[in-house]
Amino acid sequence: MIQEQPLFAPGHRACAGCSMPTVVRLVLDATGPNVIVVSPTGCLEVTSTPFPESAWKVPWLHSLFENASAVASGVEAILKRRCQDTKVVVIGGDGSTFDIGMGSNSGMFERGHDIMYVCYDNEAYMNTGVQRSGSTPFCVHTTTTPSGKQSLGNPKPKKDMPAIAVAHRVPYVATASVAFPVDLRRKVKRAAELRGTSYLQINAPCITGWTFDSGATIELSRLAVETGIYPLFEFVNGKLADVKKIRPRPITDYLNAQGRYKHLFKAPGGKEAIAAIQAIADENIAKFGLAQE
Amino acid sequence: MGPGSTQVTKTGAWRTFVPVVDQKRCSKCSLCEIYCPEGCIRRVEGMFIPDLDYCKGCSICAHECPRKAITMILEEK
Amino acid sequence: MMKVVEGSYGIAQAVKCCDPDIVSAYPITPQTHIVEDLSKMVADGELKAEFLTVDSEFTALSVLVGSSAMGARSYSSTTSQGLALMYEVLYNVSGLRMPIVMTVANRAMGAPLNIWNDQQDAVGARDCGWIQLYAENVQEAMDLTPQAYKLAEDPDILTPVMVCMDGFILTHVYEPVEFLDHDKVKQFLPPFKPKVTLDPAHPVTIGAFADPSYFTEYRYLQQEAQKKALGKIGPIAKEFNEIFGRYYGGLIDTYRMDGADAAIVTMGSVIGTIKDALDEMWAEGKKVGLVKVRSYRPFPVKALRDALKDVSSIAVIEKDVSIGNEAGLTTDLKSAFYNTGMKTPIIGFAAGLGGRDITIQDIKRAGTKALAAARGPEEEFEFLTLRKEIL
Repeated sequence: MIQEQPLFAPGHRACAGCSMPTVVRLVLDATGPNVIVVSPTGCLEVTSTPFPESAWKVPWLHSLFENASAVASGVEAILKRRCQDTKVVVIGGDGSTFDIGMGSNSGMFERGHDIMYVCYDNEAYMNTGVQRSGSTPFCVHTTTTPSGKQSLGNPKPKKDMPAIAVAHRVPYVATASVAFPVDLRRKVKRAAELRGTSYLQINAPCITGWTFDSGATIELSRLAVETGIYPLFEFVNGKLADVKKIRPRPITDYLNAQGRYKHLFKAPGGKEAIAAIQAIADENIAKFGLAQE
Repeated sequence: MGPGSTQVTKTGAWRTFVPVVDQKRCSKCSLCEIYCPEGCIRRVEGMFIPDLDYCKGCSICAHECPRKAITMILEEK
Repeated sequence: MMKVVEGSYGIAQAVKCCDPDIVSAYPITPQTHIVEDLSKMVADGELKAEFLTVDSEFTALSVLVGSSAMGARSYSSTTSQGLALMYEVLYNVSGLRMPIVMTVANRAMGAPLNIWNDQQDAVGARDCGWIQLYAENVQEAMDLTPQAYKLAEDPDILTPVMVCMDGFILTHVYEPVEFLDHDKVKQFLPPFKPKVTLDPAHPVTIGAFADPSYFTEYRYLQQEAQKKALGKIGPIAKEFNEIFGRYYGGLIDTYRMDGADAAIVTMGSVIGTIKDALDEMWAEGKKVGLVKVRSYRPFPVKALRDALKDVSSIAVIEKDVSIGNEAGLTTDLKSAFYNTGMKTPIIGFAAGLGGRDITIQDIKRAGTKALAAARGPEEEFEFLTLRKEIL
């Protein structure tokens, strides 16, 4: 399953046990070398290209934090002009994707460029020190939504970015997880073969931001999927096409495994918050029909 | 500044724990190779060997191995 | 072929002759007609460029980061608020050494919101690493377009260029212009041959981050490239003249400087009015000359020192204010003189802000003050056309 020559080299500066490089390698293994990758500023960009070194063995371009989609649009326009069959892939974090890059993404989606957008979703602005993003789920402790005497962490729900992509008529929208590599690979291949826009959002736990032992990275993502809090689905031309079925586990299995939710088990109101998070998971299970019969 | 030039930086210097693979228990499922963030567990003559130049000792491989064939031991330096 | 067209159409025609691969721009008054005209040319098959209707100016220039990295000749146009919105990308483009050419239809910066001409937008961005060339009239703005690409794409330069033309005054005026001959432009401007592009056959990484041990040298190289540009802007203008028969100066140009007692220094379309005003002043025995700054960045220090060495006083007229300290061209000019030992008094005037007309009377008033300043400046910097009665 893995290519002989990985297209993303070791020696990069990602934290030990970071899920992001695994995501990148899995994506590039599925696409092959005939790609041009555009990344926004973020953990990936910073850890993979400390001048004069680069981990990338495919052409790679970084401009700013909020314009990856716009830059990729320019690359794609010229490839199309030259009738060159090379896929443009944006690989960026949730900070850029959900928030500061929203305008740029919206424009790229509605112009319908032949671009595969891959968001590695670690649910906060990790590169700058774990500040909340639009992707940060309800009640998560981050440095700008800290738990405290008068706070249970992030008071807002996670922005539904896949729904936004679907609303833009992006032909292929899917969520995936680093813990389900075969499923991830299938989705990447599907997006790569499509002539059109695709949006892939990949659950990618962060040891530094979520607080867990470095070896548990994959396990965390597995729990996110198996509790229903991070549903894996595919939307094709606006319609739900497929989901990953699960045998739902209680949300507390997931919450207990990481430090960013720990405050809910001690603070007053924490029990109710946990119940609310369970309700979000239950809603996902019902909405997407995740439960295995 | 060539492609893949981060390879000059031997991140193996980061680790505290080093993975040890029990090749007899290994079922060659290649999950360790798939999950390794460094991409430094490669198949060498049919056996999965971590490249100690780059292994950061994160222990994902040990954690995920379905046969519990990988153990993390404190590395003597 | 001479035609009477709107200035914006002339620009579009000039851009077309440069055979850009991609046009990416967001409409904003008073640049809109340039973009609309280019869009119509594409729709009619006259211009075979990719034309992207983007969601903002920020996106507009970001798209060109991508296309320029692919080795494509890339074009955009904007003004004031749009230029400000793409401020971050301006630094990105110049830092990545991308030879993008952008027409800036100079307009006032809000607040207060104002759609009319002044040069606050581009002058305010003078530090961002782009070359800035200022046009005196529509023909020059058209002619500057292929000259800008030739300069930008020069492998010794590889620096983006803003072609600045006063918004409305030059974009919306109808005047007779000579359309550029496409074949002659092809002769003048060779195809873009980039050094480095994104190509899966030869992967490169563009846009790595540079820590303190590398950053300074990048800035130094950019500075050196602009210094080299000082030596190329004049020759490119002369070469253009040989093929097209039109010349508007190199780094600078002068008018009635022979025997002048004082000089007015300025940039942009006000030059036309100034030339008329100076003709009147000379007839009245007031010997005031004009030095036109054509290249604002790189700043032509040596050329200005040479041109202004014989006058007894200088007045700068400019359409911007560096709020807190005079204005851009005034302070740049003073700094050019400082270490020379030349003690020529330099006074500055902010004029034409927010599109207020600069009349011949205004200029003659400035010229008279310039002559008087030889005896020691009364006021170093003032607003030339201030309406005190509404304050």
